[in-house]
Amino acid sequence: MRVTLTVNGSQRTADDVWEGESLLFVLRERLALPGSKNACEQGECGSCTVLLDDVPVCACLVAAGQAAHRRVVTVEGLAPRGELGPVQQAFLEAGAVQCGFCTPGLIVQVHDLLRRTAGAGLPPPGDADIREALAGNLCRCTGYEKILDAVRLAASRLPVMP
Amino acid sequence: MTTRHPPGSPGSAAVEFLRPRSLSQALAAKAELQDALPIAGGTDVMVEINFGKRRPAALLDLTGVRELRGWQRDGALLRVGSGVTYTRLEAELAGLLPGLAMAARTVGSPQIRNRGTIGGNLGAASPAGDCHPVLLAAGAAVEAGSVRGARLIPADAFFLGPKRSALADDELITAVLVPPAPGPQQFAKVGTRNAMVIAVCSFALELRPGAGVGTGIGSAGPTPLRARDAEDFLAAELAGSGLWESREPLPGAVARRFGELAAAAARPVDDVRGSAAYRRHALSVLARRALGWAWDSYRKEGHLCG
Ligand SMILES: Cc1cc2nc3c(=O)[nH]c(=O)nc-3n(C[C@H](O)[C@H](O)[C@H](O)COP(=O)(O)OP(=O)(O)OC[C@H]3O[C@@H](n4cnc5c(N)ncnc54)[C@H](O)[C@@H]3O)c2cc1C
Ligand code: FES
Ligand code: FES
Repeated sequence: MRVTLTVNGSQRTADDVWEGESLLFVLRERLALPGSKNACEQGECGSCTVLLDDVPVCACLVAAGQAAHRRVVTVEGLAPRGELGPVQQAFLEAGAVQCGFCTPGLIVQVHDLLRRTAGAGLPPPGDADIREALAGNLCRCTGYEKILDAVRLAASRLPVMP
Repeated sequence: MTTRHPPGSPGSAAVEFLRPRSLSQALAAKAELQDALPIAGGTDVMVEINFGKRRPAALLDLTGVRELRGWQRDGALLRVGSGVTYTRLEAELAGLLPGLAMAARTVGSPQIRNRGTIGGNLGAASPAGDCHPVLLAAGAAVEAGSVRGARLIPADAFFLGPKRSALADDELITAVLVPPAPGPQQFAKVGTRNAMVIAVCSFALELRPGAGVGTGIGSAGPTPLRARDAEDFLAAELAGSGLWESREPLPGAVARRFGELAAAAARPVDDVRGSAAYRRHALSVLARRALGWAWDSYRKEGHLCG
């Protein structure tokens, strides 16, 4: 089947999509957007997190056809090409990236957390809020402490989010 | 990864992807193609498809059906559409159905709660589904719709076995009908860590001041269960000793006996998440604690109302 959707602000079309195919597969294999990572394909790791109509979801659990005519934002769409967004910048500075496999999903999830809190004029998220927001994003490398540092750093620099 | 074939892709076997835009279209499609697999949040369905465990002839996407996505008051009841997500149960129903909001909060991760729905939980009919104990305790009914009309299935008649429900092949779950909590509700779950756990066992309780109590047990039998003996015992104790009126502290022996009777209602098995004996023990503790918390909030409410 053919699936047309808006990805990172542009209308995109994928052809010959298998009806049981995931949005993650369409993004990575058909639309050449490999930012969202494929690790578990069962919603456990969060490395495939994207925004679907502004809501963070696991792209591996969205059927491609369900995303038709809807808006998807991937990690590639959070900052202009070649530049770093505020969350990405904070991850780099805080040393929150080791192998980097979990990073794109975390960036999307943290972007959403900050957009809903500090970015909306509310107080920055506390540690408990951050841990809760990131409960579905697994990282095998960092032990999470530097990730928490990065989120606090990004939050302290708001408002800078769109 | 350079996979060029979507995982689980069948090669030639065609699958249809149906996107009804209204409830009547959805029911018509289900009547026509009875083996079409409904997909709402996809958090159960897509895992099965990604791993090649399920190869449906057709997928019936319900996310475009507006009628399923809201909740509203319906006479004395609340009507919660099957497509309401956990995130919304938590954010919007914490006041009217606190037990359901508590259960929703324990599900998966934020990403899963943003997608997973109450209707999908019921549709999967897993004994471990976290909505189920609360729906049992609250005396909810599942509304099943088809082109033949709508019928109500009491929650305690909905679950027939592991992953089997009373839904007919041409039916969709359209809503859950449930009274707003008449008193304190509680939900408690034992798992191996705080996030992303399937319950080892769970327990839900509703106090109906002056009228009785409801219970629900999860993950400790082939289906979610009510603990009827525990309900009867506690209702009799509360009424018989005038505790609803006095709001005195609950005698420890009553709470303990309630826990024992709740555990006795379970039909647990040994599996990778826990042994039957552990589940029974954990249930007695969960039930006793849930009762303690619920009774405390009942006493506080009384204090506030003067
Ligand atoms: C990482 C992860 C963690 C999870 N954690 C939990 C947890 O803690 N607790 C828990 O209870 N569950 C958990 N689940 C399971 C799942 O998220 C829930 O069961 C959820 O409620 C399913 O809803 P859905 O909308 O995603 O259903 P879908 O996957 O879309 O559908 C599930 C089933 O219901 C059927 N169905 C859906 N809607 C309807 C309808 N309206 N009428 C008839 N049939 C319908 C489908 O055909 C399918 O058989 C988890 C899943 C994942 C991937
Ligand atoms: S690949 Fe989607 S959650 Fe792991
Ligand atoms: S940096 Fe390697 S998984 Fe997180």
